[in-house]
Amino acid sequence: MFSYCTDPSTLSGLTWLSCYLTTGKHMAFYLSFGTVLLLLAITAPTALLFGYFGATAARSQIAPLRWIGKTCIAIVRGVPDIAFFLFFVIALDQAIEWTRHKLLCPEWTEPVRQGNDFVVCAAAKMPLGTAPQWVHETYGFFLAIFTFAIVFGAFAANVLFGAMRAVPRAQMETAEAYGMTRKQAFRRIMVPQMWVYALPGLGNLWMVLIKATPLLFLLGVEDIVYWAREMGGSKTAKFTDYPHGDWRMWYFLALLVFYLAFTRVSEIFLERTMKRLTKGQATTGGEAQRKVAA
Amino acid sequence: MSCWQTIQDYALRSVGYGERLLPRDDFTLCQQFTLIGSGMIWNVYFGVLALIAGFFFATALALGKGSRNVWLRKPAEWFIFLFRGSPLFVQFFFGYFLFLSLKQHYAFFEPFTAAWLGALVVLFLNTAAYSGEIFYGALRSIPKGDVESADAYGFSGWPRFKKIVWPTMLRLAWPAYTNEAIFLFHATALVFFSGFPAWQQRGDALYYANYFADKTFNPFVPYPILAMYFIILTLIVVSIFGLINARLNKHLPQEVKRKIKLRMNLIR
Repeated sequence: MFSYCTDPSTLSGLTWLSCYLTTGKHMAFYLSFGTVLLLLAITAPTALLFGYFGATAARSQIAPLRWIGKTCIAIVRGVPDIAFFLFFVIALDQAIEWTRHKLLCPEWTEPVRQGNDFVVCAAAKMPLGTAPQWVHETYGFFLAIFTFAIVFGAFAANVLFGAMRAVPRAQMETAEAYGMTRKQAFRRIMVPQMWVYALPGLGNLWMVLIKATPLLFLLGVEDIVYWAREMGGSKTAKFTDYPHGDWRMWYFLALLVFYLAFTRVSEIFLERTMKRLTKGQATTGGEAQRKVAA
Repeated sequence: MSCWQTIQDYALRSVGYGERLLPRDDFTLCQQFTLIGSGMIWNVYFGVLALIAGFFFATALALGKGSRNVWLRKPAEWFIFLFRGSPLFVQFFFGYFLFLSLKQHYAFFEPFTAAWLGALVVLFLNTAAYSGEIFYGALRSIPKGDVESADAYGFSGWPRFKKIVWPTMLRLAWPAYTNEAIFLFHATALVFFSGFPAWQQRGDALYYANYFADKTFNPFVPYPILAMYFIILTLIVVSIFGLINARLNKHLPQEVKRKIKLRMNLIR
């Protein structure tokens, strides 16, 4: 990157390091931090949305909907999550291909599952075999995001379900006394108030989500763990301009520091949000804030 | 091959006894059940040992974090922050590569690069940090009256800790600690997916489940089997911890007894 980097073998010390840390591969490594952040940025709202629907389904008045909501929450919480991640990516992939196979190749008579093979017609492949590499990568990434969103959506559903029940009964009764319908009371009274009860749980979930992002590596996405392993490994002068020993330890130390900083910043941010949300609420926290102000 | 034969061949495969080669084709349900169950030996091994060792270290950490002495408090705080603030997955990787580089200078670290010891150490430190935080929270919520009464009766120092503070701390922390134990058992599934290599294909339950899913390209059989094993394991953990909980709460009137509320299965 820098002008003096043209011949790395003559460099030493800090200048060598500055060149080493700005190679093209390292840029890909830094970019993969962006992948993690992107995953978080997409997953968190999606999971929250799933969770919201899950929670409303679980407390629905229509019995089958309630059962579905509750079973979904129970299943996802009962199964070891890493197994869930490994399972879901293949299962989703196969489900998509199977559906496309049924739709696109109706004339195909052979069974999809032949012994140990899963065979669909070429048109049903997802993404298509002819698609460029980046399409495959993006598809894998979105499959991973969807998996994360489902698993964390179930956790979030559980938190929100608890939070909805924690809203004081008197608040809902007052809403009924004012003649609001069930729907109105839900939207105007319960939803605005439930967040303060949900925030500790959701905050916890956010921390867990941050700490779950390295699992992307298991789903075959080229994330920071992949790159750290790749680049830390010892390199000889034959293959690279920057030979070095086994530095994987230092790369993972860097990851460790990155995650520590990230969780710490989130912690501080969550504390502030909690303070803001508690304001004016009918809880001990809200009462304490009111007393200080008065 | 009968199912009984399969069980004889593979029930202890994960610890190195029985048939050397894993089944390669014509996978039967029996093989999947046996091998995945065999892998559970490792999950139980990691979970139980880390839990027992971690328990004592966690108590020390909680006391350290609650201590007035800065030299005790700061290290405990940092230790807990370090292990709770970073993903276990990355800790496994870091631990493995750390042991790997240490091995080159000191032969003493040779066994640490194998999963049975290295991963156990990482799990032990991790669970100690999480439980330490739980115990610290419990330590702070011990009713003031209990400690004051102890003082009034002339308790102090070690007897006061052993007879009053510690049992109450455990009693308050127990529901959360039960969840931590469940997390820990689920976390053991990560071991062979991080840096630690599975030597001679001796892996844990998830390792074998993944093996079958890869070979048969059918995730719908091995993973549910794995889930079943884990649910059984969780139920066993819950019932053992429930018995201890009942013992810790024996002196309390019936309605005051705290039920253990389960919040299962979050990744760390």
